[in-house]
Amino acid sequence: MSDKKHGGRFVRRIAGKGRRAAEPSGDDLWESVQMARHAERPYTLDYITRMCSDFEEVHGDRLYGDDAALVAGFGRYHDRPVAFIGQQKGRDTKERTYRNFGMAGPEGYRKAMRVMEIANRLGIPVVTLIDTPGAFPGASAEERGQGGAISRSIQMMWRLDVPTIAVVIGEGSSGGALGLGVADRVLMLENGTYSVISPEGASAILWRDAGKARLAAQAFKPTAANCYRWGVVDAVVPEPEGGAHTDHEQAAEILDQYLHRALGDLDALPAADRKRARRDRFRRLGPLRDPEGGLGMAAGREIPPPG
Amino acid sequence: MSKVGRNIHVSVDRLRQLAHRDARPRKIKADAGTCPKCDSHYSADEMRRNLRVCPACGHHFPVTARERLEQLGEPGGYVELWGDLRAADPLQFTDLRPYTERIAEAEKSTGMGEAIVCAELEVRRAPAIAAVMDFTFMGGSMGAVVGEKFARACDYAAQKGVPLIVVAASGGARMQEGTLALMQMAKTVIALDALAEARVPVIVVLAHPTTGGVWASFASLGDITYAEPGALIAFSGPRVIEETTREVLPADFGRAERQLANGQVDAVVDRRELAERIGRVLHILRRPETDGTTGTAPPGLQWAQDGAQKVKSMMDRMRPGATDSGSGG
Ligand SMILES: [Zn+2]
Repeated sequence: MSDKKHGGRFVRRIAGKGRRAAEPSGDDLWESVQMARHAERPYTLDYITRMCSDFEEVHGDRLYGDDAALVAGFGRYHDRPVAFIGQQKGRDTKERTYRNFGMAGPEGYRKAMRVMEIANRLGIPVVTLIDTPGAFPGASAEERGQGGAISRSIQMMWRLDVPTIAVVIGEGSSGGALGLGVADRVLMLENGTYSVISPEGASAILWRDAGKARLAAQAFKPTAANCYRWGVVDAVVPEPEGGAHTDHEQAAEILDQYLHRALGDLDALPAADRKRARRDRFRRLGPLRDPEGGLGMAAGREIPPPG
Repeated sequence: MSKVGRNIHVSVDRLRQLAHRDARPRKIKADAGTCPKCDSHYSADEMRRNLRVCPACGHHFPVTARERLEQLGEPGGYVELWGDLRAADPLQFTDLRPYTERIAEAEKSTGMGEAIVCAELEVRRAPAIAAVMDFTFMGGSMGAVVGEKFARACDYAAQKGVPLIVVAASGGARMQEGTLALMQMAKTVIALDALAEARVPVIVVLAHPTTGGVWASFASLGDITYAEPGALIAFSGPRVIEETTREVLPADFGRAERQLANGQVDAVVDRRELAERIGRVLHILRRPETDGTTGTAPPGLQWAQDGAQKVKSMMDRMRPGATDSGSGG
């Protein structure tokens, strides 16, 4: 997908951010992390309801229950059907509890898979919106197979024949995020974060001190600019001046432009080509040292200098 | 179970300690010769001979990847694959110490290049490719090298048309490689489909512990999944769960036996029977040289035709005017 129109100027803007983030203070990075989970930030349903003319949400995994932390359904998007799946956070205390802070359990991922299967059978593209501090860490979730639910969601998403797009709209942490992240195109909002673990979790594990989240964020550098540089995301979606929380309408409008464009690009490709490219993109990720082939760097890329 | 071990030093104080022991996470020391459960003591040689299982109480000690390969393979040994791959440091990551230092130290202390060893071997005369993780190398964590070696193992097994045997022992994704470590979950899950295309099975053995991003990717996608006794198998570890949800977890939370009851694994298999068990299942799953796609019709169809023939001749016999000496009237 071309990001020349919006992205050229924009990638330079965030590249500047990334550079500043490399400085020792790490203030910008922490600001980014705060922005990604700003209480007024638009959540999955905020985007879906603005981008679709109509949306039918489905409920339940047909095995055990319904998980309110993950919403899924079919939307009318630019006069065509599109399946939307995403973690959903809550805005006030009551809704936050109801949505389990956007931490889905196995029922959530199984609901996601159910919708993916329907979409694939009906030839409907799948769009996922990622916004979670991680999959739910609870005894009941473990007993009902949290690990297997995530791995199978990854597997099913990779196997889909229809076009797929994943968008990190806020916080994308741990396998709970990746469970919805294996797509043809991976987009990320300007102030989103995408990381192996939340800064708080890393702080407790690596620094053995829950108060080192800021340091952890600095070490992980999980910003959109860096994810683009690492090849983890294909395009960075700009947010309204001041962040997505300042203007939900405009944030949804910009995401809509990027999504629509990406869908159009993917429509033009045969399913087999898309799947091959999907496999190859994930296969390349991860730099390592190979004495035979030299430095095997992933799809890392240069970002144009700011200016 | 034979009682080979010598019991040493059992005091009342020790027994009191033992009563609480299960509730605490087990410390993993590769070569410690004292059983944490029953305090029996073994020499290094005894440990190796006993496959690092306590003969007195059945406690399973951790096994390094290379020793595991020796346990599973034939006496002829195994051929290690892609042993030269080494981690890079894409984030220039530093927590309490720089990542590069941690890697160098792990290499030195374990004698391995990474947290996974891939090899070609035979298990009870069944050729296979094995991908065996090693918890002693940075907690068996999965970074780009583990992901890549695992993916290559899948490709190679598919190409050779032999099964893949995975032994998981991991704390999850390697945090020091950040977002790129997370991506290895996708990479390994996708790589498994090469085996599906080649129609060869994957056998997964879950050793203590198998948690986080490894359990939530390839480790939970085995066609046949065995767990070692007492192994912790979970996406979120007990400590994280207790801290997040304030739940009080039972001592056996996430342990192999409980996960069997939860329907998450096919069997809990004692390490001393593991090679035999894998060999047996590989034998059961081995397809005949000529399967349904070529050669004679498969037996099912043959039987149906036989049946049709029988019905037809019966109908012939029942037709009025038919003369058949054999008809019973
Ligand atoms: Zn013992």
